[in-house]
Amino acid sequence: MIEIQNLTKDFGPLRVVDSITFTVKKGEVLGFLGPNGAGKSTTMKMITGFLAPTSGTARICGHDVEKESMAAKKKLGYLPEGAPAYTDMTPGAFLDFIADIRGLSGATKVTRIAAVVKQVHLEQVLHQPIETLSKGFKRRVGLAQAILHDPEVLVLDEPTDGLDPNQKFEVRGLIRSMAKDKAIVLSTHILEEVEAVCTRAIIIAKGRVLFDGTPESLASRGPLDEVFRTITQAERVSAS
Amino acid sequence: MRTTWILAKRELSGYFSTPVAYVFLFFYLALMGFLTFYVTGYYERGVADLQPFFALHPWLYLFLIPAISMRLWAEERKSGTIELLMTLPVSLGEAVMGKFLAAWLFSGIALVLTFPMWMTVNFLGNPDNGVIIASYIGSFLLAGGYLALGSFLSAITKNQVIAFVLTFVVGLLLVLSGTPLVLEFARQFAPDVIVDSLRSFSFLTHMTSIGSGVIEVRSLAFFGSLIAACLLACVVTLDLKKAS
Repeated sequence: MIEIQNLTKDFGPLRVVDSITFTVKKGEVLGFLGPNGAGKSTTMKMITGFLAPTSGTARICGHDVEKESMAAKKKLGYLPEGAPAYTDMTPGAFLDFIADIRGLSGATKVTRIAAVVKQVHLEQVLHQPIETLSKGFKRRVGLAQAILHDPEVLVLDEPTDGLDPNQKFEVRGLIRSMAKDKAIVLSTHILEEVEAVCTRAIIIAKGRVLFDGTPESLASRGPLDEVFRTITQAERVSAS
Repeated sequence: MRTTWILAKRELSGYFSTPVAYVFLFFYLALMGFLTFYVTGYYERGVADLQPFFALHPWLYLFLIPAISMRLWAEERKSGTIELLMTLPVSLGEAVMGKFLAAWLFSGIALVLTFPMWMTVNFLGNPDNGVIIASYIGSFLLAGGYLALGSFLSAITKNQVIAFVLTFVVGLLLVLSGTPLVLEFARQFAPDVIVDSLRSFSFLTHMTSIGSGVIEVRSLAFFGSLIAACLLACVVTLDLKKAS
């Protein structure tokens, strides 16, 4: 459902993403790993159509995100980096606005909002301005917004960043429960998270794919921390 | 159209959910009232009309309108919500239009709240209410022109102060280009065509003609095309550099 082909992005002379190719099928949860500045967020911005690639294509459910952006955006739920939201609004008003934009109305709108509020546990802060909420709640508002229209494709940039261990556990459970009828891409810094929720892992550094396989095959190489360091630092040595 | 309205509604309710709207309205009305009654010699003229009040508008809008328009896109960029907005099923045109309409409606609300002026002048004498209505429409168009300009200039930066200053400076040029000072200066060396087109680009020229109670097609076309051109420039700017 997500098809990425030779996706490349240059910022001036700097190549941030270098010819990345992969596909994600329904039922798959792809974990995007890599050091800071590896090009994870840039890749996600291109998959969601926010950033135009220098070359290559991204397709969502068969729709090219550049050429048929409206059709692609309808199929997509996206949690951008830092979970931005209109902070003067309350989560209730914000989700209502997103539902309107997504074309949900009447009973569907009411039940969908109630369902996601329950899924990410926003009940107690529903009527407080988002700017007064803790980082964990803000992240969950962003997550609620992304899954509101029950999209076929979900792109989550660091969905568990800023959450406490209990919340992380719940969000991972939520992602797993949604996985069977969606294609999900998520980025993370936390290696255990990949084992906990992902069916597949991709490690990128300096914009290039260095590993693409199951979390099990990654773990079979040794302790995750060390494997990650070996893979990403070998690249650093060979590049310099 | 539906999407545009949803976005405009959100934007407008955003104004009123913070003190910004109330502070703005307070200063707007206080300034309009004070300047009209104490500075323009409103009573001393002994004429029952609102001409001195409307003559202030091109000048007051110079810094009041950028205060509304500066945040339109600069804030969206700064807070990162532009990434959210641009990945929702919303076209750039709808987004630009929605935000512009919200700001324009808000300036309309501010303008409507000056109705005590109109009541005062009707209480004191028998003004030509047709001229007053025409002037209100003219002032609203003028606000739209300024706002479209401000919306475009807000899209090129993530810094609201820069957006404010840019809009102020460009607005000032558009007002000043119709003053005798500039026109006489230009007449010394430029051909009449240049002087006339300079005059026709000025907010002041169009406000003066509307202030006399006539809404000319020329003025409508001027503000209409100014708004259209600025909003189009805004769409193009966002498309080119929405992520930067």
